[in-house]
Amino acid sequence: MKIALFVPCYVDQFYPNVGIATLQLLEKLGVEVDFPMEQTCCGQPMANTGFEKDSIPVYNHFVKTFTGYDYIVTPSGSCAYHVKKHYNIIEQTTAVKEVRSKTIELVSFITDVLKVKELPVTFPYKVGLHVSCHGQRGLKNATASEITPDHDGLVLSLLKNIKGIDLTVLNRNDECCGFGGSFCVSEEAVSAKMGIDRVNDHVKNGTQVLTGADMSCLMHLEGIVRREKLAMKVMHIAEILNGNKV
Amino acid sequence: MSHSKKASIFNKDIERTTWHDETLWFVRQKRDKMAYVIPEFQQLRDLASQIKEHTLSQLDEYLLEFERNALKNGVHVHWAADAKEHNEIVLKILKKHKAKKIVKSKSMLTEECHLNPFLQQHAIKVVDTDLGERIIQLRDEAPSHIVLPAIHLKKEDVGETFHQHLNTPKGEKDPQRLTEAARQHLREKFVQADAALTGVNFAIAETGSVVVCTNEGNADLGVNLAKVHIACMGFEKIIPRFNDLSVFTRLLARSATGQPITTYTSHFTKPRPGAEMHVVIVDNGRTQQLGREDFYNSLKCIRCGACMNTCPVYRRSGGHSYNFTVPGPIGSILSPNLDLKKHSSLPFASTLCGSCTEVCPVKIDIHVQLYKWRQQIGESNALPMSKKLSMKVMSKVLASSKLFSFSGKMGRTMIKWLPYSMTHNKSVNPWAKARELPEVPEHSFREWYKQNK
Repeated sequence: MKIALFVPCYVDQFYPNVGIATLQLLEKLGVEVDFPMEQTCCGQPMANTGFEKDSIPVYNHFVKTFTGYDYIVTPSGSCAYHVKKHYNIIEQTTAVKEVRSKTIELVSFITDVLKVKELPVTFPYKVGLHVSCHGQRGLKNATASEITPDHDGLVLSLLKNIKGIDLTVLNRNDECCGFGGSFCVSEEAVSAKMGIDRVNDHVKNGTQVLTGADMSCLMHLEGIVRREKLAMKVMHIAEILNGNKV
Repeated sequence: MSHSKKASIFNKDIERTTWHDETLWFVRQKRDKMAYVIPEFQQLRDLASQIKEHTLSQLDEYLLEFERNALKNGVHVHWAADAKEHNEIVLKILKKHKAKKIVKSKSMLTEECHLNPFLQQHAIKVVDTDLGERIIQLRDEAPSHIVLPAIHLKKEDVGETFHQHLNTPKGEKDPQRLTEAARQHLREKFVQADAALTGVNFAIAETGSVVVCTNEGNADLGVNLAKVHIACMGFEKIIPRFNDLSVFTRLLARSATGQPITTYTSHFTKPRPGAEMHVVIVDNGRTQQLGREDFYNSLKCIRCGACMNTCPVYRRSGGHSYNFTVPGPIGSILSPNLDLKKHSSLPFASTLCGSCTEVCPVKIDIHVQLYKWRQQIGESNALPMSKKLSMKVMSKVLASSKLFSFSGKMGRTMIKWLPYSMTHNKSVNPWAKARELPEVPEHSFREWYKQNK
């Protein structure tokens, strides 16, 4: 299996440890991983701002960089969703179609492709999961409270099987964190309030480590956690699954 | 003023924002409970969506069928191309009957057409009889929600308004006493009314009748007391058959307020002996929307308001921040159809979380349409040139790994070496108002990879 690792632009620049954890985790699971150095970004930032057409060179660059792999694995539900959903505006060549179908979010890759249900990790903390909207409602990686009262999903299924872990039960299981790409600055007041409300839900219910499969949500929530000087630690799911220390 | 500006003003009173959010979240939870207990709820949504899809595909035929049957029932049918025509038709009917006082219920369409101020200019007194609508009418405000028009107000606010207008004791905030005061006040208006205006929830082509759903019974009271009934509807309210109605009545109240059904589901088919019944069918931009491939299915909307209750942005910005008759996610995809420039901030008043699409009882892909409106706005001249240029630069940088690595390094170095007071300057960097920037790492992932792999 020929696997490429796609490290989203902001993760590359600000959260290299998440990229490293992802790489190490995949290697531990026996996967040989390639990191194409030409990679940059999925193009979502311009597209969400209303400039999808300006994203086209970035889409083409992405396709060119990642053509020929069996899977393109990324520790971001949002970027994977963008490639799958929104690369429909460029010509659907075989390469484009393949890249769109083979781009996959890290946790889905672990559970659905590698069929790994459990990881040999001990994590004796109270862990709060932030369900990202693009992973959940976009990629359908988790149930949604609009449809069912049952909370389930791929990330949760892996977390549940970790030794020593205690999962936080939130008042609102799957409300958006308020990051939303450029929304986080163009609608700063609402974005911040949404983030503060999410963080407070975790604080009230005892979360020690806040995690999720999307670093963009976590970047926003971490920004609030650090501003409020809370004791809570924010870690990407790859870091927990890789056995990183808190 | 843009949505974000209005929203930031709304958020200045953080306690009230929290209260607003929690109040509407409570309604969303009531909706969830009602949806979960119906095993076939998702099939109902599919069915409702398909019925509307079918109806929109042959709307002209169903509208004409409705007209034929309504005429047979002795109902007058009028067609209005826009708000102005709608208002003039209503005025003409009222003038014919020398009506000076009218009672109104359940009509977002008349809000859309700004009927009240128009009639008042012609010396006709309009009283909104839905409790919430009456409250905001007394306060001279617009509705902040399509189902719960006064949801932005607390009982204390209502108490103060009623004290000023209905002479309730100062400081009275008991909901039951306040409601009773409104009842007594409205009874008088009902009895005096020369005509009754209602909206329409569903118009049935097969029978030529209109259906109005209320919880207060005010539509019935108005219509049954007055000599003239005028029902105003946007043309998308049509459904083909009487049998289709049950699908929608099962979904409407559950999605809206978490009730199994509205207290009153009133069918109006023909006028009482000696009375007159009119139906005004309004276009007002709907044909244009119907012609838009990406957006036509927004006309499936049954105005339940579930997308507002679930929207984390609506709950934290309030209906007035949308500055459009229909606020929230659905309003943000309906409004650009009418005036792209004026409403250009609305499709951006969303994180695209998709919750609206998941609660919508007729399965409108609201968040997908928000994204698509953004593209149309991006291509129009509605956004500043500086934004357009910055996107072009960003595109260049992100399409080249060299430029990307270089800019990334520059950015990180700047954040690292500039003083905190500059990187976190709240007037320059909105991110930093409530959040810290990420801590700058020693190296990017790709730098680490080059060194270690």
